[in-house]
Amino acid sequence: MIDLAISHRLGALDLDVAFSSPAGITAIFGPSGAGKTSVLRAIAGLSRPQKGHLTVDGEDLTNLSTQDRRIGYVFQDARLFPHMTVQQNLTYGGRHDHDRIVEMLGLGDLLMRRPAKLSGGEAQRVAIGRALMSKPRLLLLDEPLASLDAQRKADVLPYLERLRDDADIPIIYVSHDMAEVARLATSLVLIRAGRVVAAGPLTTLLSDPSLIAEIGADVAGSVLPVRIESFDDADQMTTLHADAGLLMVPGQWGEVGQELRLRVPARDVILSRHIPQDISALNILPVTIDSISAAGGAYVDIALCAGRDRLLARITARSAHALDLAVDQAIYAIIKATAVGG
Amino acid sequence: MTAFGLDPAAWTAVALSLRVACVATLCALPLAIWVAHVLARRAFVGKQILNGVVHLPLVLPPVVTGYLLLVVFGGNGVVGGWLREMTGFTFAFRWTGAALAAAIMAFPLMVRAIRLGIEAVDPGLEEAAATLGASRLRIFCTITLPLIAPGILAGGVLGFAKALGEFGATITFVAAIPGETQTIPSAIYALLQVPGQEPAVAALVVVSVVLAMGALIASEWLARRIHAR
Repeated sequence: MIDLAISHRLGALDLDVAFSSPAGITAIFGPSGAGKTSVLRAIAGLSRPQKGHLTVDGEDLTNLSTQDRRIGYVFQDARLFPHMTVQQNLTYGGRHDHDRIVEMLGLGDLLMRRPAKLSGGEAQRVAIGRALMSKPRLLLLDEPLASLDAQRKADVLPYLERLRDDADIPIIYVSHDMAEVARLATSLVLIRAGRVVAAGPLTTLLSDPSLIAEIGADVAGSVLPVRIESFDDADQMTTLHADAGLLMVPGQWGEVGQELRLRVPARDVILSRHIPQDISALNILPVTIDSISAAGGAYVDIALCAGRDRLLARITARSAHALDLAVDQAIYAIIKATAVGG
Repeated sequence: MTAFGLDPAAWTAVALSLRVACVATLCALPLAIWVAHVLARRAFVGKQILNGVVHLPLVLPPVVTGYLLLVVFGGNGVVGGWLREMTGFTFAFRWTGAALAAAIMAFPLMVRAIRLGIEAVDPGLEEAAATLGASRLRIFCTITLPLIAPGILAGGVLGFAKALGEFGATITFVAAIPGETQTIPSAIYALLQVPGQEPAVAALVVVSVVLAMGALIASEWLARRIHAR
């Protein structure tokens, strides 16, 4: 449990941020210049806010120096020590859980190399390992994937997921990429111009129609926890079990029984009053309308309850009117199988 | 008796010069590293004053620096008199005084070279080390120092060459007593006052060139080893 408040004037940025976050990954999301990195630097003690406090798991760290805080920091640019080998970098702050971390992050073959001989993704993994071996009480990740190309991102993401699931420490993750955040985070803090716009569980915030403007219409949408039910070899289709029903997605997503998160962008949800017949979309879920809100312009955002999960749909106001939609109405949501993604 | 065209008196001057330059460089280097670090990394009131004082010997006429040394560290000087009374130690007209003069004249050159080296080190690395629980001292010894080694080397060689060639401040402060304070430059100067000593002068000039080149080559070699690491 992390509890923090920061008040700091830094040039043009007037930072006034307070939030608490539970265990797991808390993502700080916002446009560049919103003060995301400034928040991390204050948490690590690298900058001293004019006012504020920080407690982690009940321990007050406000007045400790950086070296005494035991807060791991993975910088955007890795910041490996160039005159040391990977192994020396890793153990600079300690050798806590050395072998397991080397294994988890796939660092075994890199240990004798110099940082200059590492790719961007490898350097980030080493930086994460180095922070973990110092046995931090809290881990800060500052856009660890921002400097990587799509392929390297895809290489590192699974390691971060393992970190979330295996390492028993809270993580604060700064990003401006919602796809990344939706895949990794458990809670979300939205900040803009140095202020917290919203904070809470990721799934709640992502499916909150009033926050679409903050998150961005392209990426807003819901995240459904799903389990892999089966895989059809002939069709190359994976069936996923969500609380509201079964969903089918193309390709093999993992082992049967594996738990995944399914991201459903609001733009890719189509609504129908009846079960549609003879259409190419495979996934049709019965849902109830929770709220209808005007999104400005031609659109309305519709929050839906699908079993215990929530879905968000962005449709045109004209369609909403034509369908005569109303709160508490039972309708059907059609999700294109190609629209869902990790 | 001569060797390499140098008579015993000249050899004495060469040996003394090396001793003075080595002691001056080795004693000034740690202080130069510290001052360079403070100037490069800390913000404090009076930083410009410290910077000015450090650079003063570079811009003052060496004779003035020598005179000020005499006033402060001479036998009856403010610090010198007190030092002699308390410990019996004196800089006046001793080779230690020549080393002090050489160190002070070489100091700004060393600080400048080392400061450039420190400013080239990404402060982010020092921050990263702090987040890993390293103390300020450990960060300096394990991160900053190894990364500025080339800068220290450059500063050391520059300072050594300067100390070897120091003339004005030395001769003003401790005169040119053969065997005690007469270094190569003052030996050359003394020889030039006497007609017919051109061969001896030429020999000392060659020694000067060889020593300076030797220092440069040694530093190049060391720098390459540091880079190869």
